[in-house]
Amino acid sequence: MVELILFAVVNRIWFALPLVVSVSLVYSATRHEQSKPIFYHAFRTAIWILGFMVVAYVILSLLDYYFA
Amino acid sequence: MAAESTNNDSQQEIDLRDPLVAASLALLWPGLGHIYQGRKVKAAIFMVCILGTFIFGWLIGGQRVVYASWRDDDKRWHYFCQVWTGLPAWPAMIQASEEGGPLGNDFMRQPNISDDLSAWQLKYNSYFELGTVFTMVAGLLNLLVIFDAAGGPMGSTPANGKKGKVQIERPKKPPDEDDPERPGVENEGNT
Repeated sequence: MVELILFAVVNRIWFALPLVVSVSLVYSATRHEQSKPIFYHAFRTAIWILGFMVVAYVILSLLDYYFA
Repeated sequence: MAAESTNNDSQQEIDLRDPLVAASLALLWPGLGHIYQGRKVKAAIFMVCILGTFIFGWLIGGQRVVYASWRDDDKRWHYFCQVWTGLPAWPAMIQASEEGGPLGNDFMRQPNISDDLSAWQLKYNSYFELGTVFTMVAGLLNLLVIFDAAGGPMGSTPANGKKGKVQIERPKKPPDEDDPERPGVENEGNT
């Protein structure tokens, strides 16, 4: 059994990064056929997802600050 | 048989060969259907991304997050998402018992409800949930891949009268800045 001790020191939010990359690439590859549009669309999709996550984080932080 | 051929500048034609066979192969292994169709770049992307996501999730969850169970105290609905990854997740169906199965007594087996389940959650903590999410996402992404293998990219339409072929708008190229015919570009010879 593999003991991934290294991950114990990694903030869990960083695990979102490979997931965002994977989802963006696969989604974009199902919309295009050539590699350039695939990677360009994947980059834009990843930026969208990360931007949405940042906005959600800000909103939740504000809610926590004012109502907690 | 070529995977792609172009008939005109604005449309790109894609040969899906036998879409049912391609979809079945994509269900069996991520990207295999696209290899069958000759769409190698997309096959590589799907294989690396989906298998990478699945294996990464399986490993960080201590190789415990993929199992099939539908008992009163352990309804593993997550497996309904993981199963779409294909062969990497299917062994859990034949290992669906607390003692394992023909593939070993520990590989993808069900947890013992009173002992294992809480022990696994305690040992792997949030990584058990993270691993579960990663493997579920891998399965759901392969669902998109199966549809792509069967019907081509989103937005594609059947090619006129050609069985097993679809066509898609070719991406538009940006105008050539050095093109003297382009409006607004001065021709140096005329100044």
